[in-house]
Amino acid sequence: MKFIKFLLVGIFFGIVLVKSEAVSWYRIYEMFRFQSFHMYGIIGTAVACGILFLQISKKGYLKSIKGSFISVPKKEDGFKKYIIGGTIFGLGWALIGACPGPLYILLGTGVYSMIIVIAAAIFGTFIYGVLKDKLPH
Amino acid sequence: MEYILNPWPWYVSGPLIALVMALLLYFEKTFGMSSNLKTLCAIGGAGKFSNFFKFNWKEKTWNLTVVLGAIIGGYIAVHFLSNGSGTDLNPETVIELQHMGFENSGATLVPDEMFNFEAVKSLKGLSLLIIGGLLVGFGTRYADGCTSGHAIAGLSSLQKPSLVAVIGFFVGGLIMANLILPLIF
Repeated sequence: MKFIKFLLVGIFFGIVLVKSEAVSWYRIYEMFRFQSFHMYGIIGTAVACGILFLQISKKGYLKSIKGSFISVPKKEDGFKKYIIGGTIFGLGWALIGACPGPLYILLGTGVYSMIIVIAAAIFGTFIYGVLKDKLPH
Repeated sequence: MEYILNPWPWYVSGPLIALVMALLLYFEKTFGMSSNLKTLCAIGGAGKFSNFFKFNWKEKTWNLTVVLGAIIGGYIAVHFLSNGSGTDLNPETVIELQHMGFENSGATLVPDEMFNFEAVKSLKGLSLLIIGGLLVGFGTRYADGCTSGHAIAGLSSLQKPSLVAVIGFFVGGLIMANLILPLIF
């Protein structure tokens, strides 16, 4: 039962991403062609609200469910892995028109061919795990 | 009710996505969808091939539950919270895509030309989905995050590595949409 809250957050996330059209292949294409403000508006307001939320939490006005300090874990230092990995992901994002969250959400909307993409993405992650030590980070 | 059934404007959607991140932080978890791919590898026994996958995946089942919810959410949104109105794309985008062979742009969430059964049966169609999936899975793990972990959670917490990753996302996306897609279609 402790998972019910995560299931509800997931359902809410899925609904929001469909209703916002952020799962639309066309919206991603439009964004990368600079032909629409829509996706920039979504990401921009999400980040603006996120910054506001985290700044308020930082001041100690908001606490987690167990009463502890709220913060996003610090990312490891680095440059190469973020720029190279990010670029590789970006190529896939614009081709499939979906990032990892929408891959699952689209499956729920009835795009069953996403199963192929998800399987390939799991395999891509596996390849990274195997090659990790040989790659520049 | 019409407000809910119609597509939601960006200024409503963005703050609601931030709310998803905030809720997960409130439950002492971090917003990050690509991590699930790593968890699924670990469940499948990838730990036998690389230490990268040797971790207690049972601690990550909360995130798989979010994924299950997201699938259900997608189903609910399309079947109960939509009125079938298509995506209001830039007319320029629609014409451009038409020249590339995409009909009825915006009528559905994804182009039939890439994702329907006919497309998947063709070698080209199947290859594109597999290549795209591989790039997403490999790239997100290499960059240690995707749109949720870096663009939303990372930028919201003002972290430089996330900014670098997001710049990477855009470099890749711009190359694909502007240079490679026109060669494929």
